[in-house]
Amino acid sequence: MSTASPAPNRRDFLATSATALLATSAGAAAFNFTSSQPTAAAEASSIRPFTVSFPQEEIDELRRRIAATRWPERELVSEAASRRTSATLAAGDTQGVQLATMQKLIQYWGTEYDWSKCEAQLKSLPHFVTEIDGLDIHFIHVKSSHQGALPVIITHGWPGSVIELLKVIDPLTNPTAHDGTAADAFDVVIPSMPGYGFSAKPTQPGWDPVRIAKAWTVLMKRLGYNRFVAQGGDWGALITEQMALMAPPELIAIHTNMPATIPPEIVRALAAGSPPPADLGPDEKRAYEQVAFFYKFGLGYANEMALRPQTLYGLVDSPAGLASWILDHDADSYALIARSFDGEPEGLTRDDILDNITLYWLTNTAISSARLYWEHRQTAKAGFFDAKGITIPVGVSANPSEIYTAPKSWTERAFPKLLHYGHPPKGCHFAAWEQPKYFTDDVRASFKTLRTA
Amino acid sequence: MKLHTLAAALAFGLCILSALSQANAAEDRSIRSFKVQVPQAALEELRRRIAETRWPDRETVDDQSQGIQLAKLKPLVEYWGTGYDWRKAEAKLNTLPQFMTTIDGVDIHFIHVRSKRPNALPLIMTHGWPGSVFELLKTVGPLTDPTAHGGRAEDAFDLVLPSMPGYGFSGKPTETGWGPDRIAQTWAELMKRLGYTSYVAQGGDWGSPVSSAMARQAPTGLLGIHINLPAVVPPEIAAVLAVGGSAPTGLTDKERAAFDALSAAAKMGNRSYATMMGTRPQTIGYAINDSPAGLAAWMLGHPGFSRWTYDNSDPEKSPDEVLDDITQYWLSDSATSAGRLYWEYGGRSVVFAAVERTLEIALPVAITVFPEETYLAPETWARRAYPNLIYFHEVDKGGHFAAWEQPELFSAELRAAFRPLRQDF
Repeated sequence: MSTASPAPNRRDFLATSATALLATSAGAAAFNFTSSQPTAAAEASSIRPFTVSFPQEEIDELRRRIAATRWPERELVSEAASRRTSATLAAGDTQGVQLATMQKLIQYWGTEYDWSKCEAQLKSLPHFVTEIDGLDIHFIHVKSSHQGALPVIITHGWPGSVIELLKVIDPLTNPTAHDGTAADAFDVVIPSMPGYGFSAKPTQPGWDPVRIAKAWTVLMKRLGYNRFVAQGGDWGALITEQMALMAPPELIAIHTNMPATIPPEIVRALAAGSPPPADLGPDEKRAYEQVAFFYKFGLGYANEMALRPQTLYGLVDSPAGLASWILDHDADSYALIARSFDGEPEGLTRDDILDNITLYWLTNTAISSARLYWEHRQTAKAGFFDAKGITIPVGVSANPSEIYTAPKSWTERAFPKLLHYGHPPKGCHFAAWEQPKYFTDDVRASFKTLRTA
Repeated sequence: MKLHTLAAALAFGLCILSALSQANAAEDRSIRSFKVQVPQAALEELRRRIAETRWPDRETVDDQSQGIQLAKLKPLVEYWGTGYDWRKAEAKLNTLPQFMTTIDGVDIHFIHVRSKRPNALPLIMTHGWPGSVFELLKTVGPLTDPTAHGGRAEDAFDLVLPSMPGYGFSGKPTETGWGPDRIAQTWAELMKRLGYTSYVAQGGDWGSPVSSAMARQAPTGLLGIHINLPAVVPPEIAAVLAVGGSAPTGLTDKERAAFDALSAAAKMGNRSYATMMGTRPQTIGYAINDSPAGLAAWMLGHPGFSRWTYDNSDPEKSPDEVLDDITQYWLSDSATSAGRLYWEYGGRSVVFAAVERTLEIALPVAITVFPEETYLAPETWARRAYPNLIYFHEVDKGGHFAAWEQPELFSAELRAAFRPLRQDF
């Protein structure tokens, strides 16, 4: 924002938001901004405390809609085929999220599930809002009690939110309680991306990953951090990598659990739809096949959001529609989530899944979040997984059940200053959410050598 | 399932079941008369849901590049929930003779209008997605009663308008395999069951691959087809388009225009809906079967509707026209089952000659090119794709939903296209 233009009055903003919410929907979430009363002199750059709170009638309304779900008929493929993971999934196996899984989810969501537990958990954390580049950015900010903690900004993805990162806050900020030493401590900053969660929704185009990356550096500096690291998976990985490409002097390294490592000649082979090049090693060949399959059969949702996000009206009008859309991210995480609704919770519980979906519902952010795909498409110079020429130090987790498992060879090529190549025994796309211990280990290991600087 | 939904479904099913109950289901080849009678409760439930629509915020651009604009959809949905009257749509269907017959295990709904003219040529016409028999209704008069619509008595057709499996009031397949080839076989059986020994077929959108599959299969009695979304794109052009390449040299002006249109459509993402339904029809199904606004937006996302304004500026494209179609999808719970046709086809485009195996079609093929179609098939490519092209005509009005938008012109094209085949009839 130009310093010459007057900062928008906070009260005006709230009034406008409230009017817009009322005008657009009875079901829209109402946030309770409990920031201190703004004054005419208030700086846009002020950092204001924020409290998470949703009116009970919003929760009641959600339950009412859940109970009124109007179902399609069952998919026409077998359960076994629908649950195949990327290792064995073939074209034509799945038609999407299974009816049986959805019915279990909806049954639980509309009866036993208790949002207030999640709300209480969120409330137990320090939340803030600050305006950056004209937009209110929400973030959780937990400082470690240990001296010399390394500041880290961790970015969630789609269909995630700050909720997917809650389990790693204590291990990172309070390492001595989680198999670490005081020297492993981090100060943690977890923002909601624009259009996601409690951050404001952009009303103008332009909030692509590059702009978010710039905003994150502003945020960290505003918090007084002049030497920090950044971490992310999914969109968070892309944004973190953009920060690394910009390489502001304050950013000393990054860690990513969805590393973009695909070398240029492999990018070309994938684009041409070629079979795996003959000279690939076994890990590379598997990665190639995973990406090729995902591009061909697994990207429908991303494609739709990149091209026509606004057409997805059903996601904000139908809880079941939102839930199925969010469940269908990638084959391996879907199989894991589906099992959790069968009573086999592994890394992700039913409550984990529904906390996140409920947040999307209550904040009415299904479409505003989807626009990030559209924004990316307007300006992206490379694909999600393509190596982008990062030169600052990078730590990596190559999870075995990620969309593709980044081979070490490609990772070393993509990141010349590789700090750490973590290969956890378990972990899907939502690493911090599903396997917080392995995630924490890798993050600690990645940045260990930078602490002494 | 909620009680009221269940009740509505049961009551709705009754009108089908009552027809079914007269015969043995296993071996039943009977043709039962059928009327659409949606229970009032289902209509009230729809209005209630529409009134409670929860909207997103407005798109962040001033054009259609992010999808259906809020300011365009909202008035339509509001009208749907207040002024729109399904009973008028129902009456449009019920003034026509409708039937149900079970073929290959699926109940097939169809409209069957016999011309009063002797020697009328039997014609089976197939709708597409997101269409239905509604997109074809305005051609019933011109095709079956040509003298009342500027045609000649010898141009009359007996008209068969089936709802595809999973669409409208036809049954929903409960197993995979119901792609265009199987639908084509079903249509041949339907025409046989109706006693037609010589007939022609027509289609646009999905109706085109279905009609083309019939021509490829060449069942006894089929004389030829007319299509208005032909699959003429040659393999070498398809290959370039697949990788987003630039136009090959040596194209004629019309070929170049077709290439540019297809290339631009790909770059603008006009087929994102097809990609989604081609891979995960069930996933999008939950939202569009539960949300009327969601269903409307999803259907109107088809590029064929991009020039429709959903107001009363064009009587052929009125709000009632689109809402009849959308409401039928809603009331028949067929948003998900209809989308599966894309999955059956693996999300492939229906305009590529190789995908459609057009070279295997020996029967006569006729093509009309409507100027606002998603791409304009060049005659040079059409002649390469269809070895037995008997008719190729470019007209000056109409788009993807040609029968819906320009019923008189469309009918005139069918008369002209099929005229040479009547001698064999």
